[in-house]
Amino acid sequence: MIQLQHVSYNYQRQEVLKDISLSFPIGQIIGIAGENGSGKSTLLKIIAGIQRPRKGTISLYDESLSRRHAADIAYLPDMDLFYSFYTTKELFTFYASQFSDFSIHKALEVANFLEVDVDVKLKKLSKGNRGRAKMAATLGRNTAYYVMDEPFSGLDPIVRESLIKGLIRYTNMEEQSIILSTHELHEVEPILDQLIVLKQGKVIAQDDLETIRFETNQDAVSWMKYVTKEKVN
Amino acid sequence: MVGEGGNEMTQHFTRDKPIYSQLVDIICGDILKGNLQPGDKMLSVREYSLEVGVNVNTVQRVYKELEMMGLTDTKRGQGTFITTEEGRIQHLREDMKVELVTQFIQSIAAFGFSKEEIIQILQRKEESK
Repeated sequence: MIQLQHVSYNYQRQEVLKDISLSFPIGQIIGIAGENGSGKSTLLKIIAGIQRPRKGTISLYDESLSRRHAADIAYLPDMDLFYSFYTTKELFTFYASQFSDFSIHKALEVANFLEVDVDVKLKKLSKGNRGRAKMAATLGRNTAYYVMDEPFSGLDPIVRESLIKGLIRYTNMEEQSIILSTHELHEVEPILDQLIVLKQGKVIAQDDLETIRFETNQDAVSWMKYVTKEKVN
Repeated sequence: MVGEGGNEMTQHFTRDKPIYSQLVDIICGDILKGNLQPGDKMLSVREYSLEVGVNVNTVQRVYKELEMMGLTDTKRGQGTFITTEEGRIQHLREDMKVELVTQFIQSIAAFGFSKEEIIQILQRKEESK
């Protein structure tokens, strides 16, 4: 279980995250949505242990989280140019040297499933294929949590669908969780257990997807529009 | 196998109903239409979740629901199978029939039609077949 308590983050004078308390259990796929600038990326970096909160605490299995806990969390950054001078295979070798939990075998299997040519330099690949290579490298790690910042952004629907299938196929919901931010809510909704909506650095809504449908007769997209409009401060 | 009818990779869902209950309906339909026969082995939870592009937890809930409805049996180490007790499937048929008709009657009432005029139309449709 990852637990955030009263987490705040400032960038210079600007408050990026305000008093966020959330918990992320094992065995779920959790979506984080919100407009641009709502604090999604910062929140994910804090969860992944890459940035430290200014205030508040974050704990993993009741241990206070710091950079060394990155070992328990695989982070997929929202960056297109990602070790562009490597081929996908070289990227995997590099990951293997950095993370003891990385399995080249699994990464190659995911890459094969996603149909990535692993011998081509990343900078020579299409954007869609770079997205796939990045996903394969992330899923090659065997960690309790996968934290993914916009894994589907800027990719066409076919690529998005194959990435979604890769997520289902290569994670184990008995022992792992995925926390991901996305703008493609309509397509991602069927794989989410719960959705967290951020606005101006605050959590304005959080619910189970099936509960949302059952209680409000709305899908995630219309529910998010509704809560975003309602809760303006 | 489950979902044989759909060539499309991912199912599309309506927004007003939980995804798990839409999947339960789809599988019930496949059983009633005979696409799924008594004794047929169903896909594993993970296989089915890949096929319809839905979270594993959601599919787990679907399988639990089907088992509670008595439509499937899980054999340890072998997987989940469509029940071979025809009585249960017959039961589902009857339930489904009544449910559909009840919904139909409710929507007729909501638009202010009388049962009589609807029956007339049904008869006319049947005759013109």
